[in-house]
Amino acid sequence: MDFLRPTSWRDALEAKAHHPDATPIAGGTDVMVEINFDHRRPTSLLDLTGIDELASWSEHGGKLRIGAGLPYTRLIDELGDRLPGLAIAARTVGSPQIRNRGTLGGNLASASPAGDGHPPLLASGAEVEVESVRGTRLLPVEEFFTGVKRHALASDELISAVHIAPATGAQQFSKIGTRNAMVIAVCTFAIALHPERQRVGTGLGSAAPTPLRAIEAEEFLSGELADSGQWDSPRPLDDSVVRQFGDLVARAASPIDDVRSTADYRTHALGVMARRTLGWVWDEYRNHPSSTGRPECA
Amino acid sequence: MRLSFTVNGRQCEADDVWEGESLLYVLRERLGLPGSKNACEQGECGSCTVYLDGVPACACLVAAGQAAGREVGTVEGLAEGDGLGAVQESFVEAGAVQCGFCTPGLLVATDDLVNRVPHPSDAEIRESLAGNLCRCTGYEKIMDAVRLAADRRASSEASRSGKTDA
Repeated sequence: MDFLRPTSWRDALEAKAHHPDATPIAGGTDVMVEINFDHRRPTSLLDLTGIDELASWSEHGGKLRIGAGLPYTRLIDELGDRLPGLAIAARTVGSPQIRNRGTLGGNLASASPAGDGHPPLLASGAEVEVESVRGTRLLPVEEFFTGVKRHALASDELISAVHIAPATGAQQFSKIGTRNAMVIAVCTFAIALHPERQRVGTGLGSAAPTPLRAIEAEEFLSGELADSGQWDSPRPLDDSVVRQFGDLVARAASPIDDVRSTADYRTHALGVMARRTLGWVWDEYRNHPSSTGRPECA
Repeated sequence: MRLSFTVNGRQCEADDVWEGESLLYVLRERLGLPGSKNACEQGECGSCTVYLDGVPACACLVAAGQAAGREVGTVEGLAEGDGLGAVQESFVEAGAVQCGFCTPGLLVATDDLVNRVPHPSDAEIRESLAGNLCRCTGYEKIMDAVRLAADRRASSEASRSGKTDA
């Protein structure tokens, strides 16, 4: 096995171009499990932890650019106030040890249907920046996932960053599992209010072969809120609206039976989580219409 | 490959390291530091927790080559000379050790917590230890040990700075 250890992003892209079979490794929280259990024996490992710039973030044109190698712990500490939905999700990842090493770039590259970071990225309309020696592409996050553990990266490409707008309204995330820590999600749901464009964003995890948005639910709720003038003068939501939103979220899902749960339970639970998290974000919006959301745990 | 890094403040070299092996394997099998325990090999149990550049990580999930040039701190490094360090002493006194397999990881996680948080709440202690599984104790005595370690750290800090704790 080769071990490639570039110290600059340019060298990393060159290495990936020359070794398209190389398995990128950052926090190792997925890759090393596969190697330890002999589920995978890569011909070479491309270590990305020697590239300092990959573990940094910056702000450009009103958007945050989160380096693919920024560990969850730093994402929570340094960006939690501006990305409350993503921070809530990040707090549910693994354990402190895992969050110290695991990265959003690794979460995307694993492309698990259950990746905790994916639903908030979908709800916020994030974009994935991927790069190779040939150039840079910016993909809407929903176009990044192409199947179970499959993504849109070409063999010479690496994930460089995630672009995401800071929250302009309340955001929430909900996850079902057997305990708080070290849980692969039974299912997850993320919601984000975007009052500046009068839209609601959603993201579902462990609900289908790929993480996905509940687009009909988004359209329905955004339309209801706009038609009734609720963005400008928010009132408690009608039960029928909340119920319909939950039903549409559940209908967007196409889950499976597996070791963690059943399709029926997941579908039911997604509807419940959608109703609950909508209640939380709407209460917050009614009480603090201009707030960016509080980084509390769901 | 040859691996060169710092362990508990000492420069170490390991030869013939397979690129796919873990830092945990290097520590235990090549450097003779068996304190970090090998249990789940998937980051679930925390019994291999070590400091990597000052940050707690599961050594089983660090590829050996990723440790090159880095500073690793293991449970062995928590000792003070030939005696136990304060966190280790707290675990002994509180009876927080039964079979002892999870103890090294819990010690490193506790050391990190009491270094970062002067007066951790029970919720903070539980969250900090969420990545460390113990199948014997039921955790209550571990909680006692962490509270004891935190109190001692706080009072030693206070006496060092010559102030009483507010």
